[in-house]
Order: sequence, then structure tokens, then C-alpha cells
Amino acid sequence: MSTKSKKRIAMFWASSCGGCDISLLEIGGRILDVAEAAGIVFWPCAMDFKYSDVESLPDGSIDVCLFNGGVRNSEQHGIARLLRRKSRLLVAYGACAADGGIPALANLTSREAIFEAAYHANPSTENPERIEPQPRWRAPAGELHLPEFYETVFRLSDVVQVDVELPGCPPQAERVWETLQVLLGAPAPDSWAGGRVGCSPRTVCDECPLEKKMVKVSAFRRHHEFRPEPGHCLLEQGLLCMGPATRGGCGALCVKAGMRCEGCYGPPAGVPDQGAAMIGALSGIVDAANEEKAGELVSQVADPTGTFYRFTLPAGFLKARRHMGGQS
Amino acid sequence: MNHTGDSPAAGRRITIDPVTRLEGHGKIDIFLDENGEVADCYFQVPELRGFEKFCEGRPVEEMPRITPRICGVCPEAHMMASAKACDAVYGIDLPPTARMLRELQYNIFFVTDHATHFYALAGPDFVLGPDADPGIRNILGVIAKAGPEVARQVLQCRAWGHEAASIFGGKPVNPVNAIPGGMSKGINEEERARLEEICSFMVEFGKLTLNILHDVVLADPRYLDLILHGPYYSETYSMGLVDERGQLNFYDGDIRVVDPHGAELCRYRPAQYAEHIAERVEPWTYLKFPYLKKVGWKGLVSGHDSGVYRATPQSRLNVSHGLATPLAQQAFEEYFGTLTGDRSGRRPVHHTLAIHWARCIELIYAAERALDLVRRPEITDPDSYRVVCGKPVGEGVGTVEAPRGTLTHHYITDERGIVRKVNLIVGTTNNYAAICLSVKQAAQGLIRKGAEITEGLLNRIEMAFRAYDPCFGCATHALPGRMPMELRIRDGEGNVLAAAKR
Repeated sequence: MSTKSKKRIAMFWASSCGGCDISLLEIGGRILDVAEAAGIVFWPCAMDFKYSDVESLPDGSIDVCLFNGGVRNSEQHGIARLLRRKSRLLVAYGACAADGGIPALANLTSREAIFEAAYHANPSTENPERIEPQPRWRAPAGELHLPEFYETVFRLSDVVQVDVELPGCPPQAERVWETLQVLLGAPAPDSWAGGRVGCSPRTVCDECPLEKKMVKVSAFRRHHEFRPEPGHCLLEQGLLCMGPATRGGCGALCVKAGMRCEGCYGPPAGVPDQGAAMIGALSGIVDAANEEKAGELVSQVADPTGTFYRFTLPAGFLKARRHMGGQS
Repeated sequence: MNHTGDSPAAGRRITIDPVTRLEGHGKIDIFLDENGEVADCYFQVPELRGFEKFCEGRPVEEMPRITPRICGVCPEAHMMASAKACDAVYGIDLPPTARMLRELQYNIFFVTDHATHFYALAGPDFVLGPDADPGIRNILGVIAKAGPEVARQVLQCRAWGHEAASIFGGKPVNPVNAIPGGMSKGINEEERARLEEICSFMVEFGKLTLNILHDVVLADPRYLDLILHGPYYSETYSMGLVDERGQLNFYDGDIRVVDPHGAELCRYRPAQYAEHIAERVEPWTYLKFPYLKKVGWKGLVSGHDSGVYRATPQSRLNVSHGLATPLAQQAFEEYFGTLTGDRSGRRPVHHTLAIHWARCIELIYAAERALDLVRRPEITDPDSYRVVCGKPVGEGVGTVEAPRGTLTHHYITDERGIVRKVNLIVGTTNNYAAICLSVKQAAQGLIRKGAEITEGLLNRIEMAFRAYDPCFGCATHALPGRMPMELRIRDGEGNVLAAAKR
């Protein structure tokens, strides 16, 4: 079968968990339609193409590159640059590539602290000589090399220019399918706002089946402490549901399983900072007659950063503890 | 990129970077001596993500949602180990329905996960053959050879497995429902009936898989010879979870370790893991090497005196006194009868490639177990799918068998249940030393002076680690790509003497 007239598509995983690759498989038999419409020139998860195959392609010859995972080390940084050069349309696929994702919570700490936790101060590690992995190490028979572990995690757009972003941890299968159809030539729906695709211009609340009773929140609670009343808005019951500060598109799947939205689709359209948006939303629903009472309520939030910025730390105003530090 | 031959002692060097058809990234460096024989071999894991550090400060009840992002291939394993550690942090004994729901969800996940490995990652080496054209040596080639009906069944197993995950936990990838004290939601009769249909199908799918294994692999003398007599045999300790009858359980139990001859070294509760397991750090890889403390670290060597152990489907059968379900027990006896001559399973199997066979037996066990659980009347009890937690005890360990080995989460919290310390020993990490050993052994057995380095030879080296279904994403809490491989033999100046790639 000739691939000459076909689009060329690539999928790559960097510092991710593999869930994005699985989410692409979630479109089921329709993956065969994708293979029909496009020649897959690089998909390490499923096909045997090499770095050298990508290097030998002319610049700009990949029509669509789906890049998932953040950039945690020098090797991933190099591949991001290579794929940018070879691709006409570079897609940040999934929360990690688009917004940093959960692994970017590491930006609250440092490389030294991560090494300390993993290799030294750890109940099962026995390392009296304080050995740590080295970028270069001389083995008896020759030198061995490891990629450089960066100080922080980067979004894809922190290291190369990105054309569109498909959020979600992982992106929901129907949104992936819609996105692929557009990327391969179908007209884009009106709901695609700016460079962010495969999601709704509205929030998770707009897709949520639970009922808002317009009651004020007088205390924040944690989900292991009580059984929420079925059918009633989780936020109004005191759970820090990120629905009002999170872009829709998933269909409120977590809420349907009885759990609060944790914000994986990132901030709503036109909002740069998801945490700030959530704090704004909370100010409208807390039962605080005065500043003192409001402060008391806020102090009940067990982990503000990990709750409000779970998926977007490098994207928000907070950035990293030392942003862009450690990059070579 | 690959610097080579820079030590005066080095003759030549072979680099396989990156290796393929595993989950995650690995790189193999093989050093040859002046005679062209393998002098040394390193299997490097090039990344780390630092979950153990950045989970500090998070509310512990969020850990079952955060840690599945260690691995999107086996998120249920992390969710369950994490939820169990949380139960312990709050000193909770689960109500029966909650316990049953977790085990049911987990066994359905096991079927899906094992099926993916057998058909998509490992199957090509056997169905198509280790020397087949690499262009067809993949899942599409397997489907072409096995026929459209088998393809339909494999796709249905994946699709229905993920449908089950959504019924339990909302999202098909990274479900969210296991929480301290049980599950965020129960299942109703309509959901239960659909799950029963899925489990019934999975039992049939397990039978089909064992039949394919027999017809395609075991009935072929070339493969049987490769399994029994190829350079894929390591006598190590074996680890796995067993229930009160000493039988395999994926969700809960004691950790049992047997020596290379099958004698019990230790049996302990998960909370005691640090008394029995220690981890070694090496400068040439980001991944640590767990070993048995009682035996000690003697380097990357096998045998009775080395603390290297394996925690694979094969190891789990080695530590188990039979299996609790009928079809799986029948397959268990046949497996041990063929490989050790003793159907009771008292003598451990050490043939690395037979891990694939053990995985198929586990697949049908998981399906039968799930079908048994989904038919229990208490499973739809609307009240006891969870209990509410009180004050935290402050420390908890949770262990399950992940598809790739024993998975342990250990949390220490403050009095508000905020995480202060995290330790994770994940499935593949247990096997890291053994994987290094197996790869070196295959390289030594296959690379001989003057022998032509073919693509098939390289693939046979890769088959040594593929048997473990390794997931270095899990292991390092990082997942770079699953790359094709390239092998270069260089001289002391770094000049390429020979190259093979696919």
C-alpha cells in the first residue's frame, strides 16, 4: 500500500506514564481508520521505527506529531527538538505535554531532594557509600552514559514551539477521535478555541449531572471523612471539586464515579491560571461573612498547591520553585 | 551518542539502544573481550521521576488518584496498593463487599493486562518466530497468522476490560474509585450482570489463550527447545503473595519467598517488608536493585548464595501451593509436570521464557476468580462498599501483586493524614537484577567469536528481558519511549565494525 498521498503521523512518549498511548488505543477499531488515512511513521509503543528513521526524514515531512509526556531530561529534550523540526503540526497530547501534569508537582522540590528521597533517605535503601547515578561512569570495561536529569519538569511548549494542545489525563477517547479526524483533514468544530483542541469551551460543571442547590459551603471536607449525598454537587458538600475551574470535554467521568474533579483538563478557555480560577470560584460559594471567617475556611484546605495546581504547575503563575533551572 | 571502547581493557562494544516491545525505556551495553566473547553487559534504565519526593505534602487519601499516574499501563495496580496503604494509615478493616469489589476489579484488570502482553508484546516472537521479518514481527503479524476471529477476541478482551474499569471507576484509563475505607461507589444489579457477562467471556478467552499457547508454542519442538535449552535459565529465589491456604492471590496475602530449590526462606506481612528487602544503588543506572536482606547482595549473580530474587508470574506459581480455580489448577499441574517432572509444583521452575506460559495460567486464574466473585450475592450490597475513616494511625503499607511483580506502597503521615514520607517498591524493580542477569546470559550464550550478528540474534537477546514483561515506566516512575533497537559493534577507537538494525 502506498503511503505517498497519505498524511504522515507520529506518536511519541517522553516523561509520561504510558496512559496517553493507551488512550489512543481506546479509540478501538477506529485506529485502523487512522492507519488507512495516514501512514504512521513513528510510534514506538506499537511499531518498529527508529530514531534514525526519523532523523532521515526531510524536515517538516511529518504532517501531525502527537507528543505526550513532559520533558524531564536531556534525552527527551533532544527528541522534542528533533520531532519539532520534522513535524508540520506538533500536538502536545495529554496533560503532561500540555500543562506539566502530575509529574510536574516535582517542580515544588529539587533534583537534590528527589535524589535524596530515592537513593538515600529511604527505609529500604542501603547505600552507605552514598552512590548516585552519574551521567558518565567508567565501568571496568568502558564508559557508560545516562541522560542528564533536569532540575525541573518542562511542558512541551517550554522547550519548543507547539501548534495545538489536547488536554486530559489521559484525553478521553471520543475527544481523541474527534481531534484525529480534524488533524487529518475534517473541518474543525466551532468549539475549538485557540490552540486547545479536543475539549469544550465550557467547564466540567457544565457537563456534570449533579444538582447544585445553591447552598453556601461552610466547611471543606475530605472524601474519606463522609459519604456524599448522591445526586448533590460535590463542591456544595465541601469537597474541593475542581469542576468550575476545569475545562470540559471529559464528560465529568470522575464525578460519575463519586469522586471530585481533580482538574486534569486544565483551566477553562481564556483563563491562564487554573488555581487562581478555582480560588475565584470558591470566593463565590463559601459561607464567609468576613475576612476572618474566609481565612479560617481556606486554612482547612489540606494541600492548596497539590489541589489547585495538580496538573498545571508549570503553566500557572506559581511556575517552578526554580523555573528553567538546570536546563543545559 | 554512544561512546565506546574507551577503556584500554575493552575490546569491542555492542550497544542496543533503545530496546523494544517493553513498557518504558532501556539500553543494553555489551562489552566484548579481545577474543570476541562477552566480557560484561549492562542493562541501563535512563530515567527517574521522583514520585517518592513530590508526594510528600499531599493528603494521603489523594494517593490512590496520584500514584496511578506512575503507570498508565497498570494504573489499577498502583490504585489498589495505594488504597490498601491508606486503609492501613487509617487502621481500617474493609467490609466484605468493599474487599470483594476491589479484588473483582483487580482480577478483571489482570486479564486485560496479561492479554496485552501475551498477544502484542511477547506473542510476535513465538507466533511469527524470533527470526521473522521485523516488519511483520508485531501484533498485526500475530493477527494475520492467528486469523480474524482471534483478533476479534483480543480486541474484545481489551475493550470489555476497559468497559469494566469504567463501570467501577469512571475513567477507563486511570480509574478513580478505590479510596481509604473501600470504594467511592458500589455496583448495582444491572452493572453486576454486565460484569458477569464480561467475566464469562474472559474465562472463554483464557481457554482460547491456553489453546493458542499449546498449538503455536508448546507443540513446536523448536520453541520447546528454546524454552528448555536456550540461554534462558537462572536459578534464583522466587517471591509472591499467598493467601491463608498458601495459594496465589493477586490482591492480598502474605509475601512468601522460596529458595532456588523450593524451600521457604521467609513468609511475612507486607508491613514487615523492610526487614526482608533492601535496595542497592549503582552509579550506572537510575533504577535500584532490591535484594533479599537475609541472603545479602553479592552482585549481579544468581544462585542460592545471592540475594537476587524474581517476582514474576513464574515466581508466583513457584511460591504457591496450587491455584484456587479448576481450569487454572489443571494448567498449573501440566506446567510443573512438563518443566520439572513434579506436578505438585514443589520444585520451582527457572526457565525464563516459561514466564510467558505462567502468565497465560495466571490469565485464566484471574478470569475464573473474577467470575466467582461477581456471582456472590454480597457484591451489590448498597451499604458495605465503604466505611468512613476516623483519625489516622500515621503509617501504612499496602502490597498487591502487580502483573509484573510484587508492588508495595509505604506511607507515613502526620496527624492530619498529610503524607510525610513515601517509599515505593514496584513490580519490575524487583526483577531488575534478574533481568540484567538474563540479558547477560543470553548475550554470552548467543554472541560467539566469529558469529554473524544478525537481527534475529539481537532479538533473541531482547527476548531475555521481554519474558519479564518489564515496565520501566513503573520502575523508574518515568516512561520514555519503546524504541526500536540498533546494535553496533565498535573497535577501541569507536569505529563501527558491524551494524545491525531493524
